[in-house]
Order: sequence, then structure tokens, then C-alpha cells
Amino acid sequence: MSFQRQVQNQMAFMDHQPPTWISAAAITAILLLWEFSCRVGGISALFLPSPTAIVAAGYEMLQSGELLTNVAASLLRIGLGFITGSTVGILLGLILGFSSIADAVGNPIVHALYPVPKLALLPLIILWLGIGELSKVTIISLGVFFPVIINTYSGVKNIDPLLIKVAVSFKTSRTNIISKVILPGALPVIFAGLKLAAGTALLLLVAAEMIAAKEGIGAMILHYGDLMLTDKLMAGVVILSLLGLVFNRSLHWLERLVITWKQ
Amino acid sequence: MQVVIENVGKKFQSSRGDVTALENIDLTINEQEFVVLVGPSGCGKSTLLSMVGGLLSPTSGRIVVKDLIEDRDPLIGIVFQEIGLFPWRTVYENIKFGLEEMNLAAGEVNKRVDHFIRLVGLNGFEPAYPHQLSGGMRQRVGIARALAIQPDLLLMDEPFSALDAQSRTLMQEELLRIWYQTKLSTLYVTHNIAEAIYLADRVVVLSRRPGRIASIISIDLPKFDRDKGTNLFKFNSYCDQVWQLIRKDAQLALEEGDEQ
Ligand SMILES: Nc1ncnc2c1ncn2[C@@H]1O[C@H](COP(=O)(O)OP(=O)(O)OP(=O)(O)O)[C@@H](O)[C@H]1O
Ligand SMILES: [Mg+2]
Repeated sequence: MSFQRQVQNQMAFMDHQPPTWISAAAITAILLLWEFSCRVGGISALFLPSPTAIVAAGYEMLQSGELLTNVAASLLRIGLGFITGSTVGILLGLILGFSSIADAVGNPIVHALYPVPKLALLPLIILWLGIGELSKVTIISLGVFFPVIINTYSGVKNIDPLLIKVAVSFKTSRTNIISKVILPGALPVIFAGLKLAAGTALLLLVAAEMIAAKEGIGAMILHYGDLMLTDKLMAGVVILSLLGLVFNRSLHWLERLVITWKQ
Repeated sequence: MQVVIENVGKKFQSSRGDVTALENIDLTINEQEFVVLVGPSGCGKSTLLSMVGGLLSPTSGRIVVKDLIEDRDPLIGIVFQEIGLFPWRTVYENIKFGLEEMNLAAGEVNKRVDHFIRLVGLNGFEPAYPHQLSGGMRQRVGIARALAIQPDLLLMDEPFSALDAQSRTLMQEELLRIWYQTKLSTLYVTHNIAEAIYLADRVVVLSRRPGRIASIISIDLPKFDRDKGTNLFKFNSYCDQVWQLIRKDAQLALEEGDEQ
């Protein structure tokens, strides 16, 4: 007696791709369940408005123009804060990673400040910079700065020393070693830091706007919370979630644009 | 130009104790000379090459470049054992890397890159990234990158070790051809004895632990067709001579590797 078996690819589970419709289907199912429980289950609209009620409230806010002004105010703050925070974070991270003197001086400072919740600094920052836009942009850039500098630093430290040797063997100048070897080598890790920072930025944006702003999504949510207009409050929350999504997608897109050498 | 290695030694310090990688190395690489270093694994070949390339300082002795035509640091092209291509640069851009630092006209840069891409037979692969190439193709990019700067001294650390036997033979012939055109002073590392005899003007045999020069053998054969016809007998006896010098050390290296 003899047996026969066909050899199967044991690695197949690694490249198993779920159908694309599956995420859309899951979200639809959750929304339907939500809508259904609101209409039939007798959940009070004050506690949890139904998805359709939220959409209706959002549409109304869009028509009145308040949605746009608030979103614009928030986008400006988070945009400015993110760009300054990440630019400074990447630059200092590169320097810290490359120069051992800068590392010795800067590293303890960065790691001492990193664990401080940035929101705790808001009163101080308002005291220094006033209650205007500058203090909100500053707190966001602070929140962005730390994950970015820490990731950039570890990205630099993890570069294959052989590549730096190669560059040195071609008499590459120090600045060119940074721009041609260290920066591209650290980019994948830098992007991971930027994505991490996007979440922090959103968190600080809303918190700062709730504490000290008349305009902005955070202020708007707080305002409707005080008025117990839950559907409008929820419309604000949905906008935030969309903002986070757009943010993440844009970074992902940028990453694929910049890091052309992977797949 | 002449590279003089004067009584060079190298100690590595580590937590497991010091390792003397090299000791009392005295060697001169003359103008237009092709010197090949052979020796068992771990005898310090790569270490010596790194020191000549200015990427590592010797713990004793010194390395001097004499008889330079201009008063500037010599240009040294290095082909690394682990190649070290930049993953974010295409084949073309990798070969261009060294030229970017040389203030050449853009036209000249492109001409040179094209020339060396053709020389190593990679035309058509200009836009490919290193991870899309085979091991042998990557090595050829590394060789083209080092040659493209038209160095005064060429250092090669087992440049053909990732090639299959056939490509290896072809690349050896190719290297001889290129070398004959440029007559570059070259220090070449290999553990392949036949390759050493095939390429070298002089073969330097290193012994192990600590790495010392066991013997220097001048190869008295014409530059081409050494392994053919009437040359073959002499070629084989050179191979045997080197093998007898290395044999015991190689065996020791292998046994030590087993213990670890
Ligand atoms: N950075 C380092 N730190 C400590 N020891 C080192 C270092 N680099 C090399 N060595 C040691 O020095 C010795 C020589 O190493 P080297 O790489 O020069 O050998 P090699 O002759 O090139 O060997 P192979 O043929 O395997 O490439 C080895 O014993 C190695 O362990
Ligand atoms: Mg080696």
C-alpha cells in the first residue's frame, strides 16, 4: 500500500487577502444595528441620536455655515502645529542621532520632557503666549515634536553602518551624509512617528479648543454639549473621526510617494 | 603612486577580551600593481582593507601613500564584502553616488555612469532598485560604483563571492580586461586560491591568530590566459604552493568555528 499527498504552500495564509467589500459591509451592519436600536429599542435621542439624525444635524450645520468656519479654524491650527512640530522634530532627531555631542546634551532633556502630558503645560503656555492662536498651535506642535524626534532618532541609530562607511569611502561631506544616507535610511521610521503624532495632534487640538477657544471643532462640541444638543455634538465627533481618517490616509499616501524603493 | 603599509597591527577590544586581528604587517602596493590577499576566514583580510581605505585606524604602525602626482588625498574605490548598495537608490543612482561629490559636469557624470553600467553588463537595469536584483547583479553594481570614480587605488573585498561559478569566471576575465586598460593599483581580497593566482601580480598569504604575513609570492606568468595551455602547469603549482601554506590554518579555523 502507498499514499500520495500533494505539497501544499504552508505560507498561503500570509498572503490571504480578504475581499475588499468586507470592511464596508461591517460598517454598514453596525450603522444599521445602531439605527434600528434607536428607532425600535427606545433609546432616548438625548443619550444616543441615530445615525440619520446625526447626518441631518450635520447637514443643517453645513447649511448654516458654522461647520465650515469651525472646521477651517481647527484645520489651520492642527496643520500649522503638525508642520512645525514635525519639521523641528525631524531636524533635531537627525542631529541628535548623528552628532554624539548633541546626543549627550539633548537625549536626557528629550526623555525627561517626553513623559510630561503636554496638556498640563497649556496653562503655562497660555500665560506665556496669550490665549490666541499661537498658544494652541504651540501645544499641538509640542505634542507632535516628541514622537517625531524620538522616532527620527531611533531611525538614524538603526541605519546600517556599512552604508555610512560606503558614503565615507566616496568622500561624501557630512551634510550630504545626512541628506543622502541618514535621512532616507530613517524615513520609514520617521513616517511611523508622524502617524503616531497625528493622533496626539488631534487629541491636543480638541482639548485646547475646549479649554480656550471660541471657534473650532472642540469648542463646537463643548458648546452643543452644554446645550444638550446631542445630535449636533455627535456630528462634531463624526467630523473628528473623519479628520483623523483623512489625516492618516494623507500620511500614508505621502509615505508611498516618498518611499518609492519599497515594493 | 605607491601604498606603503608599515608595521601595521590591529587589536579589537571587546567585552570577551582583546582580539589581535593583525600584527607586523609590512607590505607595499606599487604603482599599477595587482596585489591579492588570501588567507583563512577571520585572519584579518577585511580589517587590513578597511585600514588601507581609511575607514579604520590601525592600533600600531601607519599607512602612507607615496609618490602622488597631485597634492590631494588619493581617490580610493572600495568594493565591500557586503556590497552596501543604497536601497533607496536605483542601479543608476547607486553608480552615480561617488560622482556626485566630484563636481563634474552633468554630461560627464551621465557618460561615465552609462559607460560603467555597460562595462558590468547591467544595461536595461538602470531604473531597478537593489532588492529587485540578484546577488550577482548587486555585486556588479558595487563594482561599477567603485570604478566609476576612476580611483587611484582600488580595494576589493571578495567582490565575486556571490556569483555563480560561470559568472565568476567571466567577471574575472572582465576584471583583468578592465584592469589592463586602467592599470589601477589594486588590493584584492579573496579566499579562492585559483582566483588569486589568476589575477595577481603578487599573492600575499596571511596566517591566522594573529594575522601575519606568512608569505608573499610573485606570480611569474603572463597577465592573460594563465589557466590555459602551457601556463597551466605553473598555474597549478602556484595554487598548490598557496594551498599548502593555508591548509593548516584553514583547518584550525573550521574546527574553532565548530566549537563556538
Ligand atoms: N569590529 C570588530 N570588533 C571586534 N572584533 C572584530 C571586529 N571586526 C573584526 N573583528 C575580528 O577580527 C578578526 C579579523 O576579521 P576580518 O573581518 O578582517 O576577517 P576576514 O579575513 O575578512 O574574514 P572573512 O574571510 O571571513 O571575511 C576576526 O577574528 C574578527 O572576529
Ligand atoms: Mg572579510
